[in-house]
Amino acid sequence: MAEIHLWGALRPAADGALVVSVDAKTIRELFRKLEETYPGMAPHIARGIAVSIDGKIYRDSWQTELPEGAEIYLLPRIQGG
Amino acid sequence: MPLDASYTGKDFKSVGTRPLRPDGIDKVTGRAKYGADHNLPGQLVALVLRSPHAHAKIKKIDTSKAEKLSGVKAVLTAADLPDLTHGDQGMFDILDNCMARTKVFYDGHAVAAVAAVDMATAKAALKLIKVDYEVLPHVTEVDEAVKPSAPVLHANCFTEGVEPKPKKASNIAKVTEFGHGDVEAGFAEADFVIERNFKTEQTHQGYIEPHACVASVSPDGTGELWVCTQGHFVYRNHCAMLLGMDVSKLRVTSSEIGGGFGGKTHVWVEPVALALSRKANRPVKIVMTRDEVFRASGPTSATSIDVKIGIKKDGTITAGKAELRYASGPYLTMWAELGAMTSFACYDLKNVKTKGYEVLVNRPKSAAYRAPSAPMAAFAVESVIDELAKKIGKDPLEVRIQNAAKQGTRSSYGPIYGPIGIGPTLEAAKKHPHMNAPLGKNQGRGYACGFWFNFGGQTCTDINVGPDGSVTLTVGTVDVGGSRASLALCVAEELGIPYSQVKCLVADTGTLGHNDMTDGSRGTFSSSMAGIFAARNTIEELKERAAKMWEIPVEDVTWENGQAKAQGSNYGNLAPLSLKEIAAAAGNTGGPVAGHAEIVADGAGVSFATHICDIELDAETGRSRIVRYTVIQDAGKAVHPTYVEGQYQGGAAQGIGWALNEEYIYGKDGRLQNAGFLDYRIPVCSDLPMIDTQILEIPNPNHPYGVRGVGETSIVPPIAAIANALSNASGVRMTHVPMSPPRVLKALEAAKKG
Repeated sequence: MAEIHLWGALRPAADGALVVSVDAKTIRELFRKLEETYPGMAPHIARGIAVSIDGKIYRDSWQTELPEGAEIYLLPRIQGG
Repeated sequence: MPLDASYTGKDFKSVGTRPLRPDGIDKVTGRAKYGADHNLPGQLVALVLRSPHAHAKIKKIDTSKAEKLSGVKAVLTAADLPDLTHGDQGMFDILDNCMARTKVFYDGHAVAAVAAVDMATAKAALKLIKVDYEVLPHVTEVDEAVKPSAPVLHANCFTEGVEPKPKKASNIAKVTEFGHGDVEAGFAEADFVIERNFKTEQTHQGYIEPHACVASVSPDGTGELWVCTQGHFVYRNHCAMLLGMDVSKLRVTSSEIGGGFGGKTHVWVEPVALALSRKANRPVKIVMTRDEVFRASGPTSATSIDVKIGIKKDGTITAGKAELRYASGPYLTMWAELGAMTSFACYDLKNVKTKGYEVLVNRPKSAAYRAPSAPMAAFAVESVIDELAKKIGKDPLEVRIQNAAKQGTRSSYGPIYGPIGIGPTLEAAKKHPHMNAPLGKNQGRGYACGFWFNFGGQTCTDINVGPDGSVTLTVGTVDVGGSRASLALCVAEELGIPYSQVKCLVADTGTLGHNDMTDGSRGTFSSSMAGIFAARNTIEELKERAAKMWEIPVEDVTWENGQAKAQGSNYGNLAPLSLKEIAAAAGNTGGPVAGHAEIVADGAGVSFATHICDIELDAETGRSRIVRYTVIQDAGKAVHPTYVEGQYQGGAAQGIGWALNEEYIYGKDGRLQNAGFLDYRIPVCSDLPMIDTQILEIPNPNHPYGVRGVGETSIVPPIAAIANALSNASGVRMTHVPMSPPRVLKALEAAKKG
């Protein structure tokens, strides 16, 4: 079970929670289960969410594994100039 | 191994050298082709009719007279661009920005376009289009737009990110929050707390080359687009969606680019050119005028930021809090969110909270501008940190060193940092000769730190070995700052051949798989990673070919210094085979030799910088002059140090303009008053000192050569460094950017009056 930290804009979609627990082994599974549990997350996922796994930020690699005990933060999918 | 991005720690032969730029001769002799330089037989010229109102309903558009004018081949309104975005709000906003549908949201918003045989006819046709507007109240200032009494741009805008969701529409499109700890407890621990409001005005990226394109759509439904862009694959995808075309049937070729800095990351007039071409059945060229560029493309957000920071007498920052309001233009963006993420990212704070407000205003759609949103946030935070350091009688640089984030610090936006470079840039600043140089009369010195994320993304790269052994590297990331040289250096390094043997080209969208844009400082980071992987792939092929030539197992072949070598005592008499020799024999060993890589480059690694600025103030006029400026930044590995220095200098130069002069000025009528370079003054060479640079190289563990992005971070500290320098020179805290002579005089006079 991974502990997933949410940034402010996501919290209303997760009943105000700062951290949610999700049983997921990859980013893809994490997003799927988040959508199942919290349908309000769907538009955020569609718009783009990046995942920080132990400080390394993944924007697109949904096959990336979530190691046991890793620190996981969801972040906005950043735009640059 | 081929796709292993881990840092190799290898000794470099090519990487780190400074060959002459490959695009240099063409650019200084005028041979280089920019967006407006492309022409096709039978080409029409197109112009866009733009709203003179800041906010109005479009009641009716009558194009009948324009359509009848001789020489007019097509007239276009939003009716010709039906909504094909299938609920994708971001793409719908882009469509609406390209051509207003029911309302105009800013002075300059496109309402119609014509394609005609020549410019005079097109101009005459624009005058024949009659638009019946119902003018609405407008709001252009960010702090006015958040007031309950402000005119609301979108009746269906109910603030996202707050619970419960508001029932009343407003201009606050989204609220977002970051942080950890207990800021109120942190402020209670502090010996001093300073709270201030800072304002920055809207600035333009100021790219010298206006948006320009030529579109050609055939009756068979296929199309071509030649365009000045930071990302031709993204332009292709956007245009194909907005026009209902198959992606594979639209080929987009990027031109050389005369600057973009984030302003050429999404489409503006390109779908209009394609739609006109489709309607007229002729190629269509659109070149935006400078007036249009200012009024209707690109600018960054104006901001209003409240910052509160607490500090102990020993220099420990106990808490930091910021509320950041960023003007988005008429559509939801993420610029306040990025400001909220970056504002305190340089520091190791137990208690931090930031809240960003995306605010809709009647100004053009805000676009990314080099490390978007971070410079304004840094201005606010770095100013207060400087002021607090003075309050406790400590050197501001020492306070920054004392509180700097390091490996293991929880960042203000959430995750824990890996190896990072803020500490080393501060230590390098401390030791830099600039720090001890004497200051002259009326001069002040300031410093500031800056942070930017950087990112990677989808990247596709090909290598083709010619029959003479020369190598073509084909990439899909537009070269905005010298990446063709840097990428060729990396591929030469990996193949073990001279740089002069590699030619790097930017391919059109029909040649490679999708590549993300050149933004987020990703061009060299991502494409060098893909180039190195493609080179490794090529080496495997070259070894296979050598094995065939020698008639030995491939397992017995190694690749060293650009040559295949047969390993083992059985092959003692076999001389190594060079890449050229293998290439020459390719026809008889299996055909052309090539390599490729398709990747998502992750692990770009965050980037930090520290800047030092000396400024001289004429207190009588309020005019100031930068007399010395130093940029210190971590590059991971500087592949081509001259280009890296150029990025550092370019970011500082743009930051200096932003800090001292540049500003969108709107009249009470909501119209932009200074849409041209005469009245919107960017710095020219004579305004700037030689900008000193110091490159630090702390390898990125997630890139084979340790490379980090370098393009954006250099614009983050300048506003703050200059504000701190000017505050020190004048004795008055500067809180409103640009610090133009009238604004500085006003601040000095206000301080005199107390």
